[in-house]
Amino acid sequence: MIENRKYIIQILIIVVGIVFLVKLFSIQVLDSRYKLAAENNVINKVVQYPYRGLILDRNNKIIVHNTPVYDIMVVPKEVEVQDTTAFCNLLDITEEEFQSKIQKAKEYSYIKQSLFYPQLSNEEFAKIQTRLVEYQGFYPVARTVRKYPEPILANGLGYIGEVSKRKLERDTTNYYKQGDFIGISGIEAAYEEELRGKRGVKYKLVNVRGIEKGSFNDGKFDTLSVPGNNLVSTIDLELQKYAEYLMDDKVGSIVAIEPSTGEILAFVNSPSYDPNLLAGRNYSKNFGELNKDTLKPLFNRPIMAQYRPGSVFKLVQSLIALQEGVIVPSTRIVCNRGIINCHGSHTKEDLHGAIKYSCNPYFYQTFKRIIQQDKVEGMNKDARVGLTTWNNYLSDFGFGRKLGIDIPNENTGLVPGPTYYDYYYQKDHWNFYTIYSLSIGEGELLTTPLQVANFASILANRGFYIRPHMVKGIDTPDSYYKLEYDRQDTGIDSVHFTTVVDAMGEIVDGTARVARVKDIQIAGKTGTVQNKNSFDHSAFMAFAPKDNPQIAISVYVENAGWGGGVAAAITGLLIEKYIKGEVASNRAWVENYVMTKAYLNNL
Amino acid sequence: MRRQDGIWNRLDWVLIAVFFILVILGWLNIYAVVYDAEQEQNIFSFDLNSGKQLIWIAGSLVIIIAIMILDYKFFDSFAYYIYAIVLVLLVLVLIVGTEIAGNQSWFVFGPVRLQPSEFAKFATALAVAKYFSSNNVRLDQFKGQIKSSLFVLVPMGLIIMQGDAGTALVFISFILVYYREGLPSFYVITGLSAAIIFILTLLVDQMYLTIGVIVLATIIIVINNKRLKNIGITILVAVLVIGVIQSVDYVISDVLKPHQQNRLKALVNPDADPLGYGWNVTQSKIAIGSGGTFGKGFLEGTQTKFDFVPEQSTDFIFCTIGEEHGWAGSFVLIILFLVLMVRIIVVAERQKSNFARIYGYAVAGIFFFHFGINIGMTIGLFPVAGIPLPFFSYGGSSLWSFTILLFVLIKLDAHRMQVLTR
Repeated sequence: MIENRKYIIQILIIVVGIVFLVKLFSIQVLDSRYKLAAENNVINKVVQYPYRGLILDRNNKIIVHNTPVYDIMVVPKEVEVQDTTAFCNLLDITEEEFQSKIQKAKEYSYIKQSLFYPQLSNEEFAKIQTRLVEYQGFYPVARTVRKYPEPILANGLGYIGEVSKRKLERDTTNYYKQGDFIGISGIEAAYEEELRGKRGVKYKLVNVRGIEKGSFNDGKFDTLSVPGNNLVSTIDLELQKYAEYLMDDKVGSIVAIEPSTGEILAFVNSPSYDPNLLAGRNYSKNFGELNKDTLKPLFNRPIMAQYRPGSVFKLVQSLIALQEGVIVPSTRIVCNRGIINCHGSHTKEDLHGAIKYSCNPYFYQTFKRIIQQDKVEGMNKDARVGLTTWNNYLSDFGFGRKLGIDIPNENTGLVPGPTYYDYYYQKDHWNFYTIYSLSIGEGELLTTPLQVANFASILANRGFYIRPHMVKGIDTPDSYYKLEYDRQDTGIDSVHFTTVVDAMGEIVDGTARVARVKDIQIAGKTGTVQNKNSFDHSAFMAFAPKDNPQIAISVYVENAGWGGGVAAAITGLLIEKYIKGEVASNRAWVENYVMTKAYLNNL
Repeated sequence: MRRQDGIWNRLDWVLIAVFFILVILGWLNIYAVVYDAEQEQNIFSFDLNSGKQLIWIAGSLVIIIAIMILDYKFFDSFAYYIYAIVLVLLVLVLIVGTEIAGNQSWFVFGPVRLQPSEFAKFATALAVAKYFSSNNVRLDQFKGQIKSSLFVLVPMGLIIMQGDAGTALVFISFILVYYREGLPSFYVITGLSAAIIFILTLLVDQMYLTIGVIVLATIIIVINNKRLKNIGITILVAVLVIGVIQSVDYVISDVLKPHQQNRLKALVNPDADPLGYGWNVTQSKIAIGSGGTFGKGFLEGTQTKFDFVPEQSTDFIFCTIGEEHGWAGSFVLIILFLVLMVRIIVVAERQKSNFARIYGYAVAGIFFFHFGINIGMTIGLFPVAGIPLPFFSYGGSSLWSFTILLFVLIKLDAHRMQVLTR
């Protein structure tokens, strides 16, 4: 019996050896978890965030640049904080916040860096920098956020923010990673691919204390970050600033375009906000407040607000009628106020006079001649043909569709066509008398301030426009290349423009006297947007100089009365500022007039 | 008698070959741990552990020669004296020793540090062998059991007092010797059962276990109710088992130190706190597991190199092998150890003297416990206990003590034909 025990002991030893070999086989050969865990242990992936491209104005002045901020990172394993209260005071956090932040970091990794406190500004960091070194386990890491030297053009520029989960899922290029910043609206979103640059990555071997032990595979997989391209915008910083100043305490928008190029010189939404509010760590808090603001500062009025065009549309009707040959400049029409009312004292004007006095019956008749050309039998069928023709012209003018400005969220406005009326009145159950309010820019018509400014541009160019845009060129480290924007012709002979523009020139001497600028001939048109239950919107559209135009502009000020008032005044001031460089001192009263009226009370 | 035959021809060359293979592999492996690609290093540099280990290896060669020169009867004759000296040292170290890493078990003479508990294993092996061979010990009797067990329990107790539970644990290996020499199976079975129940208690709620034992005992009584004596024994065993179950809480929270409690918890569930008490086991398994089938290659390990694995030169040295040489390397290493241990038993069994046979079993048991506990803990099969892997872990005391253990057996074996059987 006892003799057998030597075998039992030997078997025991061999069994233990076999158990070890089996267990080793399972963790070394079968289970791949440990290999992954090992890589996570030793390879520290350090992302090199690229510098986002700058945005410059048309004169190469900086509108947007980057500023360093400091993320405070934490390595839980190394944390040694004797006096938690003092440390919390340093960062201005509560002790509960401190504990929960540490806990969160631990859950991510005990030995790897994770974000403890985001985006301390340069000044904030300078204050705590010397004290921070007393606490082990905390490291500042510099990265950059957007900085705006002037608090302007917020809605045009848009903002950047952390890429959302949904965007991450839809990102088929796999460029973005959680925590990346991405342009969310405006130029930042539209030119994201130019601005973002290319992220670099360094793979570093680290030991248990996170200390780097050289690069992984001799840096074979490392990539350098490439800074984003700079954008040269079309905005004139000085004009933009002045325009925003003039729109202070008003709701509305301004769009100014250089007619010959389609370059947008000023793009004002009012009320707006300081774009610095949406850069940096208070992004979400500030965004929430802006989003709740009843005056909607985030609503990008120049391209999203839609107003009835009103009298401005009389110019459109004139041009179409002339082109269609249903009137000639000398055609006189009686101001018959039976069907549609009018204003001022005039009786029977030619086209020039009708534009000058904004004669409603004249354009009622003109529109009737466009719609009812007796091309087919039956009044209803004829109206369909006429309206289709009219629609085509409007589309050529850029109304009722997106103009294709280079920033997102543009609205189309509304130009009702045959299908629209078919829907409401059934097919061929409508005719001119159903739709006549279109003649004076009322009815269902809706236009955006951008479309109206673009129309001013067409008038200035006597027949065409270049697609309006906010960025004209891209400045890469190696070269500068100009972006090309297509030209759209309206199909209306330039001779017809002469008649209309001549009449516009007199408007500034008449109803919109306040816009008048010495030595600059301005061609303009008032467009009062009537509101049923509140004050009218003041709207004005103009270009200048009348010959060889440099700027086309549309101004909307909500609930500020008639178009020849504050909107015309702002237009005049901006034209003067842009062409002459500054506003003459003897016109200070105009600025005063614009700035002192409390239009917000009218809302 | 062919006494004129040189000792050279009577040596067991299998054991010697395995010894040298293990020592050389161990030395290269220690170099792998300290290797840093960014620095110019020489494996022989005395600034490195590998260089220092080389000195210890040279020392062990001197020891081997000394053992070979000594008269083989020396170990038999002086067994008790050696044992007594070691016991004195074990007491002394409690009084004048230096505490290192929480263990009051070191003598420090300038740059040299000596750990008497390492040599206590050898001394105890000699004393036990001597005691069994010179007295007619009846291990089937309670008196004999108690008397003989004192040889092991005294040094074990002194080492526990030093705070070195890991080394003390190794003394349990003498149960193999006692078992071979006739200790009734009852003790071994009882001990194993207690250990299994203890571990079960860590895994399963005590309440359920207690209920389970009661139900089991009831079933046994109902089926086997013929004899009153059996019922009595069944009830007694059930009460004892429940006692063990209920005492686990007390043992864990009052007898064990906090770090020992955590090691038990880490064994049962290392994922509960992988960054805290589970760190060692988790990182150790990551290092070994990342080696894959064939490993990352000599000096190419990252986990061990970058200090993710603690105590990697000493207690967790096996991680380096697992990481750099993969399952293939681990296989070779384990097979080498199995060959060593089985060969020791074969050698022990061919001894004519009881002294040499019993000593051989003690050596086999000590190697087996070091091997089992050390590798077991690195792969999560045993709680973390700070004991070295023979010939691989860095350190002079352990290398020398294993060398002495092994070569005294080789020496005794070489002279086995000269022994007069009693």
